[in-house]
Amino acid sequence: MTPSAAPILEVRDVVKTYGGVRALKQVSLELLPGEVHCLAGENGSGKSTLIKIISGVEKPDSGTVAIEGQIHHHLTPNDAIHSGVQVIYQDFSLFPNLTAAENIAMLSELAEGRKISSRARIRAAARRVVEELGLRLDLEADVIDLPVADRQLIAICRALVNDAKVLIMDEPTTALTHTEVDRLFDVVRRLQERGVAVMFVSHKLDEVLRISQRVTVLRNGEVVQSGPASEYTARSIAKAMTGRDVSEERLVSALAPDASVLMEVHNLSRAGGFTEVSFALRAGEILGITGLLGSGRAEIAEAIFGIHPADSGSISVAGKERRIRSIRDAVSAGIGYVPEDRLTQGLFLDVSIADNIIASSLDSYRTRTGLLDRRRIRDSIAGLFRRLRIQAPNVGAVVRSLSGGNAQRVVIAKWLDRKPAVLILNGPTVGVDVGSKEQIIGILREQAAAGVGIVIISDDIPELVTSCHRVLVVHEGRIVAELSGEQIDAQEIERRMAA
Amino acid sequence: MSLTLARLRGPNSEGLLVAVIVVIVVAMSFASPAFFTASTFFALVRSSMVPLIFALGVLLVLISGGIDVSFLAIGIFAAYASVKWAIDGSADQGPLMVFAIAMAVGALLGLLNGVVIARFRLPTLIVTLGTQSIFKGALIAYVGSVYISAARLPASVNELSRAHVVDVRGGGYLHFMIVPVAIVAVLVALLLRRTVFGRSIYAIGGDTEAARRVGIRVVRTQILLYVLVGALAAFGGVLHVILGRNANPQSLVGTELDIIAAVVLGGASIFGGRGSVLGTVLGVVLVQLINNNLVLLGIPSTWQRAAVGMLLLLGVGVQAIAAGRARRRTVAVEQPVEPKEVLA
Repeated sequence: MTPSAAPILEVRDVVKTYGGVRALKQVSLELLPGEVHCLAGENGSGKSTLIKIISGVEKPDSGTVAIEGQIHHHLTPNDAIHSGVQVIYQDFSLFPNLTAAENIAMLSELAEGRKISSRARIRAAARRVVEELGLRLDLEADVIDLPVADRQLIAICRALVNDAKVLIMDEPTTALTHTEVDRLFDVVRRLQERGVAVMFVSHKLDEVLRISQRVTVLRNGEVVQSGPASEYTARSIAKAMTGRDVSEERLVSALAPDASVLMEVHNLSRAGGFTEVSFALRAGEILGITGLLGSGRAEIAEAIFGIHPADSGSISVAGKERRIRSIRDAVSAGIGYVPEDRLTQGLFLDVSIADNIIASSLDSYRTRTGLLDRRRIRDSIAGLFRRLRIQAPNVGAVVRSLSGGNAQRVVIAKWLDRKPAVLILNGPTVGVDVGSKEQIIGILREQAAAGVGIVIISDDIPELVTSCHRVLVVHEGRIVAELSGEQIDAQEIERRMAA
Repeated sequence: MSLTLARLRGPNSEGLLVAVIVVIVVAMSFASPAFFTASTFFALVRSSMVPLIFALGVLLVLISGGIDVSFLAIGIFAAYASVKWAIDGSADQGPLMVFAIAMAVGALLGLLNGVVIARFRLPTLIVTLGTQSIFKGALIAYVGSVYISAARLPASVNELSRAHVVDVRGGGYLHFMIVPVAIVAVLVALLLRRTVFGRSIYAIGGDTEAARRVGIRVVRTQILLYVLVGALAAFGGVLHVILGRNANPQSLVGTELDIIAAVVLGGASIFGGRGSVLGTVLGVVLVQLINNNLVLLGIPSTWQRAAVGMLLLLGVGVQAIAAGRARRRTVAVEQPVEPKEVLA
C-alpha cells in the first residue's frame, strides 16, 4: 500500500434526509486501495445509510460518490456492482437451497449475461476464487448445511468472483468464534495484498483495531473523528461514538455472604449437547457461562429453560426440585430466558412495545371476573419502559422500528414483568453498540442487586469480565473451569475456552 | 455408509419414493394376479399424463416460492376456447394448431397472474384464488358453457385420441401422447438444471431479497415463469380434452389440491427453493397408483382420498423432519459426530 495512491472510493459532502430527519450531514470519506478502513458508530449514527448510498441502494440528497475517480450522479445497485463495489450484508444474503459453488459463481454467470448455466463452469469459477484465497470449502454442499463461518467465507468469495475493488463488510464477525475471526482476518489481509479496499463495520472495537489501518467515527450523521488506527484505543473510539466515557472496567458488587442459593443444577446431561453439568446460582449473582460456538454453552441454557430438555440430572429452584420437560415447566418454576436470536425468537416484531412487554405475563393481570386489569397493565408497562430507558416515541411504537439495543431492552422488559427468580440471557449484547451495551449490563446489575439470579451465556469476553461474579467455561459439553474474583480476566478465559 | 444411504435417498427423497412405489407394486402383485400386467401399466401411464403436465407447472411455481391454484382454470379455459374456435372455424387445422392456440391463450392468462404477482408483490395464493374464479367465470360467460362431445370434436383431434405407440393385443395400449409428455418433462428438467433462468427460479425461491441484491431481475423472471406455467397448463388442458374425448368447461377445476399434493410428495418444498422433475414424476405416479389400484388391495374406493391425504401428510412430515435435522447440524458444528447420528 502506498499512501500516495489515488483513492478508489471517494464520498464527498453527502447529505441524506429521511422525512425531515437528517441521517447524514455533509459526510466525506475516502478509501485507498489495499487499506482496511473501519467505520464505527452507534446504531442510528448513519452507518447503514452511508453503506446504502455507496452501494447505490439509496440516492443522496446532495454530494457525490466517486469510484476510481469517476463521479456517479445516479448510482444504481447494478452500477455499483459493475464498478467493483460489493457489500457483504450481515445476513450474507446467500441462497440456502443452492450449493456453495452456485452461490459463489451465480453472480458472474448473471453478470456475463449468460442463458445456459454450466455446472462445470460454475465449479471452476468458484474453485478459482477459493484457491486464490487459500480456503477450504465444500463447494458441493448446500449452504443450509454449512456452519456460519463457512457461509461468511462464501459471501466473501462471491463478492470477489467479479474482481471487487471495494468490499464493504457489515458486522462480519458477530456469528464467528475466535479462531474463525482469525481466519477471516487472514483472508482480509490477503485481500489487502491484492489491492482491495475493505470497509469494515463492527461493534467489536478490539477486533476493529486489530485489522484496520484507519478509523472513521460517525455520530448523529456526522464524521466526528477520522485518523490512523494506531492513534486509537477501544476506549477512545467508544468515547468518540457516544460522546461520553464508556466504562469497560470490572464493576461487580460483592455478594452478601448469606445470599441464598436460587437455582441448583446437578449432573445435567443431554446426548450430543453436554455432559454432567453442575453449578449453583445464588440470589443477586451474575454467572457467566462461556465457551466456543458449538461447545454446548447454548444447549445448557436451552435445557434449563425446557426448549430441549436434558436427558438426565436435576434442576432445583429455590430449594425445590423441578421437573423441566417444557418451556411451560421452566416458566412456572420462575425461570426466564432471553434467546440469542431475539428478532425471531423473543419478540413479536409487528406488535407494539407495550403488547410485547406484557405478552408473557398476561395471566397475572387477570381480575377476579376473568377480565384484564387494564390500569395495572398500563402502570407496569410505563414503569418498565422508563426503568429500562427504552428509546422510542412511545409504548405504542412497533418493535420492528427499534434499534438492536432497544429491541433487546423490550425482551428483557418482557421477562422482568414476570418477576422471574432466575433470568438466563443468551448473548444479551450481540449486535448491540457500545453505549446500549453498557446500559443493558447496567440493567442486569440492577436486577441482580434486587435479588434476581442472572445467567449470561456469551462469548463476548470483555462483557463477562465487566459484569460476572463467576464464569464457567464449557468445552466439548463439559464445564472445564470455574473462575471467580481475581481469576476473571480476559486472557485467562480465552485460554480456558480454547483448551 | 451414511453417505451412500444419503445418495440413495436423493436430494429430494426421490429414492424413498421409489422404495414406496416398489413396496406398493409388490404388495398389489401379491394381492391380485390381475395387477402385474401390461394393461395395468399402460392404464397407469395414461392416467398420469394429464396430472403430470399440470404438476410440472405447479413444481415451477413451488420452487419459486409461490403457490398457484389457478392452473386448472387456465388449462380448461385455454383448451375449451381453442377447441371451440377450431370447431367454429372453417377447416380442421389439425391438433398442432389446437395446441398452439391453447398455449398462446394459456400464456396470456399466465401473464396476467405474473404481472399482478410480481409487479405488486402480492401473495401468490390469494392472487391465483382470485384469477381462478375470474378465468372460470369468464370461460362460462364469454367463451361457452356447452359440453362438446366426441362426435363434435374436430376429426383430427378425435383421431389423435386413439393413436398409440405400443399395442399389446388384448392387453391395452400405450397412448401416443406419452411422447410429447415425456419431451415436455425432459425440457422442464433441462430448464431447471441447465439454464440461468431455471437457477434464478431456485434462487428466488431460496431468498427473494438476496436474489434482488445479486442482480437477478426478479420481476421479469417471475412474470416469465407464470407465462410459462400458463402455457404448460394449456397443454395439460388440451391433453385432458384429447384423452377424455370431450371438452367440458365444468371439468378439471376443483381438483387442484390433488396435483399440488403429488408435487409436494415428490419432494418439492412448500417453502420454495426445492424440487425436481424426477421427484414430481414419482409423486404423480404414486398418487395415480393408489387412485387406480387401491381396490385391488381390498380397500374400498371411498378410502382413496383419505389414502392420498395420509400420503401427503407423510410427505410433508418427512420434509419437516429433514429440515429440523439440517438445522441441528448447523448448530452443533464443532461437536464430534456420534455413532447414533450416523445411523439416523
